[in-house]
Amino acid sequence: MDPLDIARWQFGITTVYHFVMVPLTLGLGPMVAIMQTMWVRTGNERYLRMTKFWGKLYLINFIVGVATGLVQEFQFGMAWSEYARFVGDVFGAPLAMEGLLAFFFESTFLGLWIFGWNRLPKKLHLATLWIAVLGSIVSAFFIIVANSWMQHPVGVELVDGRPVLTDIWAVLTNNTALTAYSHTIMGALAVGAGFLVGISWYQLWQRRRDGIDTVDARGRVIVGENAAIPGRDRIDHSVWIRSLRIGAVVAIIGFGGVALTGDLQAKLMFEQQPLKMAAAEAACADGTSFSVLSIGNVGSSDCTDVVGVIEIPGLLSFLAHGDFTTEIKGVNTLIPEYQAKYGTTIPDDAIYGDRAGQAINYLPVMEVTYWGFRLMIGFGILAAAFAALALWLTRKGTVPRPKFMMVTALLSMAAPFGANIAGWVFTEMGRQPFVVAPNPTPGGVDGVYMFTAAAVSPGVTGEEIVFSLIAFALVYGVMLALELRLLVRYVRGGVASAMPELAHPTDTPDDTDPDKRDDVLAFAY
Amino acid sequence: MDFLPTLWFVAIAALWIGYLLLEGFDLGVGMLLLTSTRDEKQRRLMLNSIGPVWDGNEVWLITAGAATFAAFPLWYASLFSTLYVPLTLVLIGLILRAVAIEYRGKGISDAWRRMWDRALGIGSFIAAFGVGAALTLTTTGLPIDANGDRVGGPFVWLTPYAVLGGLAVVGFCLAHASAFLGLKTLGEVRERSGRFLVRWAPVALLPLVAWVLVIQFRSGTIITWALVALAVVAVVFAWLSARAGREGRAFLGLSIFLVLGAASIFAAVYPVVLPSTLDHAFDLTIDNAASGSYTLGVMSVVTAIGLPLVLLYQGWTYWVFRQRLGVHHLPDTHAVEPATARR
Ligand code: HDD
Ligand code: HEM
Ligand code: HEM
Repeated sequence: MDPLDIARWQFGITTVYHFVMVPLTLGLGPMVAIMQTMWVRTGNERYLRMTKFWGKLYLINFIVGVATGLVQEFQFGMAWSEYARFVGDVFGAPLAMEGLLAFFFESTFLGLWIFGWNRLPKKLHLATLWIAVLGSIVSAFFIIVANSWMQHPVGVELVDGRPVLTDIWAVLTNNTALTAYSHTIMGALAVGAGFLVGISWYQLWQRRRDGIDTVDARGRVIVGENAAIPGRDRIDHSVWIRSLRIGAVVAIIGFGGVALTGDLQAKLMFEQQPLKMAAAEAACADGTSFSVLSIGNVGSSDCTDVVGVIEIPGLLSFLAHGDFTTEIKGVNTLIPEYQAKYGTTIPDDAIYGDRAGQAINYLPVMEVTYWGFRLMIGFGILAAAFAALALWLTRKGTVPRPKFMMVTALLSMAAPFGANIAGWVFTEMGRQPFVVAPNPTPGGVDGVYMFTAAAVSPGVTGEEIVFSLIAFALVYGVMLALELRLLVRYVRGGVASAMPELAHPTDTPDDTDPDKRDDVLAFAY
Repeated sequence: MDFLPTLWFVAIAALWIGYLLLEGFDLGVGMLLLTSTRDEKQRRLMLNSIGPVWDGNEVWLITAGAATFAAFPLWYASLFSTLYVPLTLVLIGLILRAVAIEYRGKGISDAWRRMWDRALGIGSFIAAFGVGAALTLTTTGLPIDANGDRVGGPFVWLTPYAVLGGLAVVGFCLAHASAFLGLKTLGEVRERSGRFLVRWAPVALLPLVAWVLVIQFRSGTIITWALVALAVVAVVFAWLSARAGREGRAFLGLSIFLVLGAASIFAAVYPVVLPSTLDHAFDLTIDNAASGSYTLGVMSVVTAIGLPLVLLYQGWTYWVFRQRLGVHHLPDTHAVEPATARR
């Protein structure tokens, strides 16, 4: 068994999995913090309920992100020791900064927030949430800095064949990192916002189905209540309609943000990893047209029989340079350039083992880059379109009756997740065959690069990696199933699931009993 | 700047010690849940005693790993790849544990809770054992070649030293957790923990003492022996305090014991970070495994800013939640019912 292929599958699977939880954490966190801020400022019960309910879902998701993040931190050393040795001087630093300057804040203050209800003064309690949320946003920055250095190494010098850090500021302000970071944060906001829209829609729909809310002749909502169902009072309606409309607006902003920053990223990538972008466009020959649909053997390594079906003249040039006429180099031009610069065969070096001397294929798997790019954008457009539709359809205060629209709303939550995953798979697989891509920009350190084939741990056997891959896949599969189950249960329970006092008012501590007063934990495991 | 690798050796030792010191008791609480009581409220009480702090404690491990990567990449690469199988198990243990803590109380059936109690206990045990084994092996040595890669199969690490180290950390966690529960809880849990500590600490702490002594006999110096002597004083003090029912002192004594004991180990192996059992020429030391001095300098600045802050706010967290908890502090649990008329 070739450890390389299995290690790559393992890395891809565990990272993509981690990145299912992460954007939800990143996107939902700030929105919960804003809800609590509104509550502290206005004292309006509606915002308290929003904070509690969305906060609960946030926590259910957060923990799986933490659990899978642990694996990320360790696997560079476990499965990619040669990589760790090669990049350690540069790459470890942002990871350590992430721990010291972000994860500590995030996890400590989240603990304070969870258990601090009724225990900390209101404003201080609010501050703990903000600090935890900022911690996660900062952590995303450092990890993207690390990743972007693999896409575009800067701030280093080559000493004895290894990159040595000379300028940490250059690493932290890597233009690749700044664009990728803003793009990722925007993408995460889209995820969190889509989540608000889908779930709030379901709640409003349920209120209508249960006959709690009705509409008048002009379609405007008549809010009702049902005292028999915990939490289904008048405030409940405003919780959901507010959440839905906030979500829809943020989703649209998020999408605008991704489109803007994505365009910047594309322009950078044409410069920094031209072959990745050529492969993403199935652009075999040089030209200016953007392919909307290409067919044929898109996965081949030599570009034979790729046929553009629908092309938009000039758009490719626009994406890359902002005009409609500059010719963009295609795959057929770029590959010989790469071969001239970085060789045609894997170097005869001990770290490559048996792979030394094999021919290098510089073309990433074109189906993946081509479709990954289009899926990302396509899912994004879908999500944004649905958000706009939701905003329009709920202008009279509730959602339409038909069930299929509710189901569509729930399904729409998946689109931004899909866009994120597709984007990462495109980025990471488009970087192949390099794990650290060379930096071809003028003045860049073009000599710092590493082939993925050299990165895997030489001492680890394929069997071990198969074992860990199966173990992680199983555990992750079970965790995902359980997370979904819990999310579904809490969503169906509505606000009362996160505020049991709505369903069981007698639980509220008895003020006359000195032993109990204000001592009962507001939140406990 | 020759002192930087030494400084970073100290920093990494401090991170690992911080990890064992803080997560020690919450791993221990996890393990104690496997056996100590069937009473649901008491179990919840034990879990809630670590509730606000366990995740922050775990970040010490993440940061210890990442800082090793940043400061001694060759150490990180060799140790982690050589211990591929045990670290995989540690990760799975930590995953089970984290999810168990958060999810246990979110279901209502007994079967659900029992499942998570097991996951929590077993996960904590595997994590404690594996971390102990890994730390011991990096002090006693692994079969690595000139490039730092493992020679031999996936299980060459499985030596008596690995088992000793695993038991050392498991034992310490159990003792520290009972001291912690004695300090943080009221009622039966408190009493039971106190009794457990007095009765079992002498046994539970033996492997850790043995690991300390092994290292001292291999490469101890006057200074490290002095640390050992102080550690022994601390542990005796801890045990006597426990017997006298002085819970705070018992906890403190055990903490000092751990810090001094672990410090004596790190000080004795210095400057070797990972000896090779094949040939001492292949040993990884603070000089041949370290990052460049620029990187170490940057990391020093970051740590000088970050670490005091961490100590400050984590300390504050313990202060906020300093109150002892009893079962009467726990809210009742309720099933989550669908919010609809149609069930
Ligand atoms: C909701 C998520 C989402 C949406 C709607 C989009 N993206 Fe994206 N995209 C990501 C989420 C994402 C991502 C997951 O965050 C990636 C992966 C790596 C990265 O930096 O961001 C990414 C990568 C990525 C890259 C690769 C950068 C690289 O290789 O370093 C480009 C060129 C774009 N995006 C461009 C776009 C454009 C032009 C979009 C048009 C609307 C777009 N993205 C929508
Ligand atoms: C700091 C962040 C990241 C780093 C340092 C990183 C690093 C790596 C490394 C070392 C590999 C293995 C070599 C390879 O097979 O290409 C890899 C592959 C991969 N990564 Fe990333 N990655 C990061 C973020 C992500 C994220 C967030 C995702 C997705 C959610 C992702 C998805 C993938 C995938 C799908 C592969 C497999 C590509 C392939 O095997 O061809 N990565 N990445
Ligand atoms: C492959 C590289 C990655 C590594 C080594 C890594 C490491 C980790 C670790 C160790 C944790 C647990 C922290 C805790 O205990 O609190 C974690 C969680 C987290 N990671 Fe990652 N991660 C990676 C990729 C990413 C990416 C690409 C992002 C964001 C863009 C990200 C964002 C987060 C966030 C926000 C959290 C905390 C919230 C949550 O767990 O859901 N990570 N990560």
